[in-house]
Amino acid sequence: MCDVMTLPPLPDNAVRLGVTVDDWRAAIRASGDALVAAGATLDAYTDRMIQVIDEFGSYIVIAPGLALAHARPGADILSDALSVVTLAEPVSFGHPHNDPVRVILGLAVTTPDSHVTSVASLANVFNDSAAIPALADAQSIDEVRSVLGIAVDPAA
Amino acid sequence: MKIVAICGAGVGTSAILKLNAERALERLDLEADVSATDVASVQTVGADAQIILTSPELVDRIGKTYADVIVIENYFDLDELTRKLEIALG
Repeated sequence: MCDVMTLPPLPDNAVRLGVTVDDWRAAIRASGDALVAAGATLDAYTDRMIQVIDEFGSYIVIAPGLALAHARPGADILSDALSVVTLAEPVSFGHPHNDPVRVILGLAVTTPDSHVTSVASLANVFNDSAAIPALADAQSIDEVRSVLGIAVDPAA
Repeated sequence: MKIVAICGAGVGTSAILKLNAERALERLDLEADVSATDVASVQTVGADAQIILTSPELVDRIGKTYADVIVIENYFDLDELTRKLEIALG
């Protein structure tokens, strides 16, 4: 057992910086595409992340400027993964307090329990209110990893 | 004391809310059983809850409840969570 809480690895292709999108759907699509590019999910998972918002609204915008794109575990998730998308121009998700969104974290979990350590790590990072602007302004993938406390991908 | 954190999918956001609620309770030196679930299950899982934590977007979907419904704007803001829990429990 290891008591250090860790996020899933963040390969280069799971990060997209300064993406231009027209609306929140395109923002979620970019987040899902990054998960697909990392080999973690299928396109169907991206569709399901969008469905969650169609069904329940913009509650996934859980902090000012930050959306946590996700859906339930399913066969379209191949491995636990995280993606990070930052936007060139913020977009509105229709949230009463936390719009506009500049950063989308894409989260894919294979089982309802496997996200627990990831979520704890995310909470540790984002309990610091400087983390979201730091992520939004990150100029490199290593800068993103540094904000999230993720080690540089040794395979990269 | 039972507290339920709810979100649409029941994974991810409600888990973050549960975790940060536990941290806020620790600050207040209070003990409670905090669980996370989806909005569809809140009527069963949350039937005996004293407090339901959720986002502004989901309040209307909770339906009838005897629990105090606390709306959290920033899920990562421990000050907001602590302040709102303290009012509800005080």
